[in-house]
Amino acid sequence: MSAALEARLGQPWKKPPFISSPGLRWALLIGGVIYLILAIYSIDVNWARVYRGLDRGWQFVIAFANPDFTSRAGEIKSGMIESAVMAFASTVVGIGISIPIGLGAARNISILPVYLVCRSIIALSRALNEIVVAILLVAIFGFGPLAGFLTLSFATIGFLSKLLAEEIEDMDRIQAEAVRSTGASWLQRYTYGIHPQVVPRLIGLSIYRLDINFRESAVLGIVGAGGIGATLNTAFDRYEFDTAAAILLMIIVTVMALEYLSGIIRARVQ
Amino acid sequence: MAISNVDGQKVWQRRDRNTQFKIWFAWFIGTAVFMWCWQQISAATTWQFFWDAPRIAADIGGRAVPPRWSYMDKLWEPLWDTLNIATLGTVLALMMAVPVAFMAARNTTPSALFVRPIALLIIVSTRSINSLIWALLLVKILGPGVFAGLVAISIRSIGFCAKLLYEAIEEIDETQVEAITATGASRWQVMAYGIVPQVLPAFAGIAVFRWDINLRESTVLGLVGAGGIGLQLQGSLNTLAWPQVSLILLVILFAVVVSEWVSAKVRGAII
Repeated sequence: MSAALEARLGQPWKKPPFISSPGLRWALLIGGVIYLILAIYSIDVNWARVYRGLDRGWQFVIAFANPDFTSRAGEIKSGMIESAVMAFASTVVGIGISIPIGLGAARNISILPVYLVCRSIIALSRALNEIVVAILLVAIFGFGPLAGFLTLSFATIGFLSKLLAEEIEDMDRIQAEAVRSTGASWLQRYTYGIHPQVVPRLIGLSIYRLDINFRESAVLGIVGAGGIGATLNTAFDRYEFDTAAAILLMIIVTVMALEYLSGIIRARVQ
Repeated sequence: MAISNVDGQKVWQRRDRNTQFKIWFAWFIGTAVFMWCWQQISAATTWQFFWDAPRIAADIGGRAVPPRWSYMDKLWEPLWDTLNIATLGTVLALMMAVPVAFMAARNTTPSALFVRPIALLIIVSTRSINSLIWALLLVKILGPGVFAGLVAISIRSIGFCAKLLYEAIEEIDETQVEAITATGASRWQVMAYGIVPQVLPAFAGIAVFRWDINLRESTVLGLVGAGGIGLQLQGSLNTLAWPQVSLILLVILFAVVVSEWVSAKVRGAII
């Protein structure tokens, strides 16, 4: 110890590197640089087109300063209502399906076959992108909010069940045990032993998911699954940047309001 | 805890009457709103298509199997583009997110009154708009192609990365910063030796986490013309080439699973 200290005295100190093994550090660095060169080289940017587009970009920035809510008010209104409807309905249905799947996916209260089935449903729902699901469902069910509603419900399952299952796995066993020792049936054990422990988190997550579903419902319209996205897409296609800016502002304000609201509610229940 | 008297016997109930009524009322409102929502969706749906759906699904499924494996030759390049959009987009986003995060964190912001609200505004506005919408806009401005997708991904990621990063900065151990300050270090030296080493693991974790999300998102950006494998998906869907669609979906699924695995491994190694 003291010998090591003697040797280091008088030497300048150097910050220890983030990755301690020098081989790995250099390999990562050189690999990263080679990748970046290859990647940047493979992207060809049409700078002339970008330069011409800047003018349009500037128009869009100006449009944000005076958004046009009025000239397409009817379409914006019906689009926003449709988005909100889809978000709410899919959250409700998603919660309804998520609770049994979440229970099945919690290792401490379910049996292995059920656990595996529920976990694979969750994995499938999480691996598939919402847009991809929406495309398939639009192809199957036709255009309209039903496809969007089903897509969002499906996406909600993966999110809520996984977090609910983790919450149940982390719960206090003693309370469930106490209820069980009174001779409670399986359903009674759930209602009095498990449910009260997870319900604050479940409410918080549901509101958070409502927020996410609203945000997602804004893009589903691009592939024809209903909601404000269709109106937005049309506005961009017609180069009506002022209408598009109005829609974007409304989305931002709604999302911020929802986020604020969910923050308050989550703080109250938790 | 509520105890009611029934025939002189005390009976335990979970809630008292008022709470129970409030809960029932909330359920009533919730159910009514849901029914109304369902009516709206139902009114906008052609139910004929719905009942026809199993047949159509079986039809599409039948056409989509087996996937057209030979089409894979044409997918390597879009896949490379998709990877580039995700990676370069994340790199670009982090470059912009780091200063924003330092401006937004209460303990490092140059001015809590003027700079911090601007930084928070940037975070909120970039976070609440989906990357597909950014792509839609940027395709109009920058022209279709990989570049628009890359910029869309990076703008969308600024808010996410900056938010997580500034929360990490606010949670640092102040005593270390004080120790560095006590040696007479300048503002930048405090930053480099007191703050950065503490948030570096969080930074690396956020970067890999966001990269994983970005790879998912960049697979569909092509639908609006912003490059990547989504472009091929759009083309195959438009020509109803279902064997190609199923192959592309398999490739996307595979890419997502691989990226999740990589991100979990790297985060496991860091934390």
